[in-house]
Amino acid sequence: MSNIPAELKYASSHEWIRKEEDGTYTVGITEHAQELLGDMVFVELPEVGDTVTAGEDCAVAESVKAASDIYAPISGDVVAVNEALEDSPELVNSEAFGEGWFFRVKPSDEAEVANLLDADGYQEVIDEE
Amino acid sequence: MANKTVLFNKHLESNGKMVDFHGWDMPLNYGSQIEEHNAVRQDAGMFDVSHMTVVDVTGTDACAFLRKLLANDIAKLKVAGKALYSGMLDDNAGVIDDLITYYLTDTHYRVVVNSATRVKDLAWMEKQSASFDVTITERPELAMIAVQGPNAKAKAATVFSAEQNAAVEGMKMFFGVQSESLFIATTGYTGEAGYEIIVPEAEAAALWQALLEAGVKPCGLGARDTLRLEAGMNLYGLDMDETINPLAANMGWTIAWEPEDRDFIGRAALTEIKAAGPDKLVGLIMEQKGVLRHGMPVFFTDADGVEHEGSITSGTFSPTLGYSIAMARVPKGISDTAEVEMRKKRVAVKVIAPSFVRNGKQAF
Repeated sequence: MSNIPAELKYASSHEWIRKEEDGTYTVGITEHAQELLGDMVFVELPEVGDTVTAGEDCAVAESVKAASDIYAPISGDVVAVNEALEDSPELVNSEAFGEGWFFRVKPSDEAEVANLLDADGYQEVIDEE
Repeated sequence: MANKTVLFNKHLESNGKMVDFHGWDMPLNYGSQIEEHNAVRQDAGMFDVSHMTVVDVTGTDACAFLRKLLANDIAKLKVAGKALYSGMLDDNAGVIDDLITYYLTDTHYRVVVNSATRVKDLAWMEKQSASFDVTITERPELAMIAVQGPNAKAKAATVFSAEQNAAVEGMKMFFGVQSESLFIATTGYTGEAGYEIIVPEAEAAALWQALLEAGVKPCGLGARDTLRLEAGMNLYGLDMDETINPLAANMGWTIAWEPEDRDFIGRAALTEIKAAGPDKLVGLIMEQKGVLRHGMPVFFTDADGVEHEGSITSGTFSPTLGYSIAMARVPKGISDTAEVEMRKKRVAVKVIAPSFVRNGKQAF
């Protein structure tokens, strides 16, 4: 059984978001997703200043097993990326909900957050797989 | 219902993530495939390869039969225990399987074949043996554990009996010896030193446990694949199969053309293919980000300016080198660079002979 923190919101494509104090949202992939992908070897991130659109691919997580597109859970401007993943992509495996975050977005339409799943809703998505 | 090896419960005890592998429930990894890979390159790891099939070929015609059956010539084996890698070809020179044959006596050879090809291999061997005085006996009661890595032999030595240690003392590469209940061979599929140990099923779990306590790390199919690919070793079903001849699978060195009068199966077809200029299997390295994968198209321009296309047969991230490596089958005429189409763009790669890592170090 995967760990699914209650304070986060989730996309059915296995990304999570967390609201930060400055109003931005941190985006990563879930524990379940990293388990499916296996050892991460490269992470391709968007650039700071890029505009991302909810539901569109904006990053790539490449593991020993497969290259997997990462979709933006919400629309907005990228304000930070996790540069530590450049040298230590394994952080995505060891700390999917923490140090293994991908990027931060300043939302252009915060109402989109309501379209995402809560922990129970995401659990159902996993159970149906 | 998938088959389980006799070590199935040992895998669960080590938190093995079990997956279906050609009808067998086998461990993909026990947590981290890369850590397992590194254990084999730097220390010692072990693999359950009990799904592989041990076949004993016995009888007065054993030698003559295998000289007909295999593209390599087992008459080269003159010292008891010596092993030989070979393709078993069909009449069109397609590779039915790749296998290792151990010479035990003039009337007893031991052959180890792949698990995914077991049924067709045995059927083919039976069919071809009709006019020979041989008996072909599968040995399903035998399990097999591969112990590999720079410290593999030293760690195995702490588990072997005094007699077994004496038996393997000074044994060269690619030999096997029966000592008490174990058949211990200096073969492997990783590019490191070590043993492949054939053990009666009833003793396999105890041997696995003893190796575990000796500090040998359990390794799954994931690490097995990255290790063999770094070592430039083919995987049957990916790098070659019945539609591929050995010259197009980097197995030219396993074809014994001499003596000319040895009429092995596939020889006539192979002679024609050789004259026509077969495809070749090359190694690719890509130092930038990304991972080369099976099926990606490979493009190169030959000396006459003509573009050709080939295809990646096996690709992965090399944990030892820190970038992606692959094997690709391409038409003749390739030089030292090519392009691979990945994720809708073409990326430049270097072309080398398919051997990437040996004994823990870069091999090209």
